[in-house]
Amino acid sequence: MALDTVAVAAAQPELIQPWRELGLKEDEYARIKEILGRRPTSSELAMYSVMWSEHCSYKSSKVHLKQFGEKAPHSDALLVGIGENAGVVDIGQGYAVTFKIESHNHPSFIEPYQGAATGVGGIVRDILTMGARPIAIMDPLRFGPADAVDTRRVLPGIVAGVGGYGNCLGLPNIGGEVVFDATYAGNPLVNALCVGVMRHEDIKLATAHGTGNLVVLFGAKTGGDGIGGVSVLASETFASGKAAKRPAVQVGDPFAEKVLIECSLEIFAEDLVIGIQDLGGAGLSCATSELASAGSGGMSIQLEKVPLRDPSLSPEEILMSESQERMCAIIEPSKLARFMKICKKWDVTATVIGEVTDGKNLEITFNGELIVDVPPRTVAHDGPVYNRPIAKPAYLETLTPTTLPTLDSAESIKSELLALIASPNIADKSWVTDQYDRYVQGNSVLSQPEDSGMIRIDENTNLGVAISTDANARWSYLDPYNGAKLALLESCRNIATTGAKPLAVTNCLNFGSPEDPGVMWQFAETVRGLADICLEMGLPVTGGNVSFYNQTGAVAILPTPVIGVLGVIQDVTTRTKMGIPAAGLSIVQLGNTSDNFSGSEWAHLHGQIGDHAPTPDIATEMRLINLLLEGQPLFESAHDLSDGGLAAALTEAVLRNGIGASIDLPAQYIPGGVAAGLFAETPGRVLVTVKAEHRAALAALAEKFEIALHELGTSGGDALVINGAAIPLDELRQAHTQTLPKLFG
Amino acid sequence: MATIVVEVMLKPEILDPQGQAVAAALPRLGFTFAKAVRQGKRFEIEVEGTPTPEQLADIEKAAETLLSNPVIESYLVKVED
Amino acid sequence: MRVGVVTFPGSLDDSSALRAIRLAGGTPVPLFHASDDLKEVQAVVLPGGFSYGDYLRCGAISRFAPIMSSIIIAAEHGFPVLGICNGFQILCESHLLPGALTRNQGLHFVCTDQPLIVENAATPWTSGYTKGDRLVIPIKNGEGSFQASAQTLHELESEGRVVLRYADSNPNGSKNDIAGITNARGNVVGVMPHPEQAIESLTGPSEDGLTFFTSILHSLVGR
Repeated sequence: MALDTVAVAAAQPELIQPWRELGLKEDEYARIKEILGRRPTSSELAMYSVMWSEHCSYKSSKVHLKQFGEKAPHSDALLVGIGENAGVVDIGQGYAVTFKIESHNHPSFIEPYQGAATGVGGIVRDILTMGARPIAIMDPLRFGPADAVDTRRVLPGIVAGVGGYGNCLGLPNIGGEVVFDATYAGNPLVNALCVGVMRHEDIKLATAHGTGNLVVLFGAKTGGDGIGGVSVLASETFASGKAAKRPAVQVGDPFAEKVLIECSLEIFAEDLVIGIQDLGGAGLSCATSELASAGSGGMSIQLEKVPLRDPSLSPEEILMSESQERMCAIIEPSKLARFMKICKKWDVTATVIGEVTDGKNLEITFNGELIVDVPPRTVAHDGPVYNRPIAKPAYLETLTPTTLPTLDSAESIKSELLALIASPNIADKSWVTDQYDRYVQGNSVLSQPEDSGMIRIDENTNLGVAISTDANARWSYLDPYNGAKLALLESCRNIATTGAKPLAVTNCLNFGSPEDPGVMWQFAETVRGLADICLEMGLPVTGGNVSFYNQTGAVAILPTPVIGVLGVIQDVTTRTKMGIPAAGLSIVQLGNTSDNFSGSEWAHLHGQIGDHAPTPDIATEMRLINLLLEGQPLFESAHDLSDGGLAAALTEAVLRNGIGASIDLPAQYIPGGVAAGLFAETPGRVLVTVKAEHRAALAALAEKFEIALHELGTSGGDALVINGAAIPLDELRQAHTQTLPKLFG
Repeated sequence: MATIVVEVMLKPEILDPQGQAVAAALPRLGFTFAKAVRQGKRFEIEVEGTPTPEQLADIEKAAETLLSNPVIESYLVKVED
Repeated sequence: MRVGVVTFPGSLDDSSALRAIRLAGGTPVPLFHASDDLKEVQAVVLPGGFSYGDYLRCGAISRFAPIMSSIIIAAEHGFPVLGICNGFQILCESHLLPGALTRNQGLHFVCTDQPLIVENAATPWTSGYTKGDRLVIPIKNGEGSFQASAQTLHELESEGRVVLRYADSNPNGSKNDIAGITNARGNVVGVMPHPEQAIESLTGPSEDGLTFFTSILHSLVGR
């Protein structure tokens, strides 16, 4: 087939092109012709179609996401903000930490193992490309009902994929989530977070400048992986009953990425690159256009130099390929020899494929013929911007309050509690997390099932970071504005509970179709809520990810904004764990309980969702965080109350070290009685244990920070006793730990 | 051009959990024909022209030292066109 | 006391092994697979990880690395070698140790804090323990099931060459619950659990693993 060059395009303006099949709209195609002053070549069309897809261009979300910039709080800690591959914050002592969360939802539904594996690979490369050594990962996962047939197809593959890729890279998996809900049937959510660390002076950016500097592609060879994956998969929902689209899924090789990491870090250590970008969605077309766009603008690429795994690929396919484990660097010619030597040491393929020019365009030739000649900014940064219609959805008018049982007997307390802690969302997750290496690199201070994951950064000073990821889709469904705030507060509370101070935020916004005004309203409200609370709390949003089109037919998933918070702890040896460590300790609840069961797991077990999410009390939560940080030396243990309320928190805390507890909930003083005391998910509450001699000091601190304090009971024994209802720990453990093994084998 | 195939199987006395998992999965899909299943590896090695006796001897050695672990595996070398 | 740790492409627990040697009071020496230079170390650790991605078989390609030719010769002359997890797999592929490690019976990768019993406290790597000591050390692998012929097993047991045994539960189907073994001479030890991840209570389930590294340093005194 004759090559569709720029010359041919100029000479054949009337050629019919498959812009619709590639996912472009008519006005977008017209705009491309306007930008170029002619019709695009097929290579240019491929580039624009992929780069202007929802997944790459954020066209439906941009107008809302800019609030993160407009409402950004002043933060001295922010070194690199939104817009780069990942955000970077200063954590002190000359260290910079980069972290980000991303989604790989649709590919994981189609090919669970590879979808999840390449999701991990992709986020790790984003962190690496900032100049950092990746040091940990986390995986918030969401599935359809635990006992559904398709969950049994999808979950084991996804978990094996996250473990298979992450373990082989040598990255400890220090936390995440496993959530089951009918809303995710057909649309599992695979979000992956990666954290990396470097010295301030090592930060790298994706920029290409300096005429004559070389463009080097290194890593795996290029094949036919994921051709059109980005635009085909992420901008389309799954119509019920249609056959899965098979060819577009990428296949990962974690060993290739491991040597790529070691190779890259040696290259960074010798300061050999001017700019660097990893190849993710939209492959080479994205990397080259973004590097050029962020630099001086001119770049020339000789596409035939790209090393291929599959020699039959056309130029369009080479440009669109999403083969994994590839990076693109800009280097001065004088540094090339050293760069190549390091690549050879690690057996990493590296090829000069072009250079920075003094022109304004990205020019790509194939065997001497010009097939792409575009202003890079129009591809990478000036994509279409949509202002999608927004309409408050009708379901909000039809919500009804919960009507739930009162617990008036020891039997009812025991049976309701056992049912709750055995339910898939609250049950022990070791079946999943034991497939992940949490020890590798030897710096994991806290990992699942603790409240946050914590990594030691400096072995001499014991400086460390803590990370938590949280979401509550039901609250977001009931009230997306406040739901976003509540998720952020939950994440911050998890950080503070372990003894770290929240510092920065990332987010992964998983929603249905942006073409649905109701979904778009949920999205707009979510972003507004997150931007507002981050401003109020002084926490910058450093970056994140949007995943739209998570729906089957016309049914969207519950809006699921996953919020990730990074915190800093000056001395990791002081960290607080969640398990009750000894008998004879005083068990205390910080924070008040209300009788709102809306969105709670207990209500869900009774088939209800309720009608109004809690109202976030930001001022009180901020005081609680300060109390947790200042009171840390007093705590023998601390555990945040969230899903499953006090019942879940107590269960987890007693089973951790096998030390029981005797609790008395004064029903008459709790709105909603014992049921609320045990099962309400009121935000702003933490369960702590203190030695008897520290009770007074804790009470004084609570008064200082104006946080309610409730003494619940004492630790010890081999049962969990609540208002006289005694559950032997063995029975508790049996109920809590058997659910997932029974379901998944 | 010829293809030499080396098939590597675990020795019969070695535990084969992957084969067992396959055998357990078949009836769940309605297939009842299998009494037992063992899982192995197949290497396809391309050589120029017809393989010489020396090349075949080399391939046997490669099969014994690299492609298989004789402690737990046995191998079979076949020539296909 | 210089103890080397080899990095193969894909090695992951090399940094932890180096740290363990340092915490034990020795001088850790990084060694690279592509060189046959042992840099005058007095003992060597083959660390855990996924060398060569576990392609072909775990450790099957690493065993042919240039550094291994030096290590094999040295080991045959009594040089102390410790193989941890992937390192154990490499030692078996190299035939420095008998048997082989195969896919976990449960087919899943397992990361857990594993109770173990020390069966042999006479090797230079375990001399600081007492036979019968109970340890809790992480295991984290997908191919940890130790398999060997009946004759090999008989030899190992009757000659007291089982070094570590799984206690309370067998996580992967290993024959005779074997978690670690030594060669006839007692200088080459291979273990599936990761002692280098149990050296500080801050980051591990116990400090039970540190004794592997203090043992070798004591054993090297006077050499």
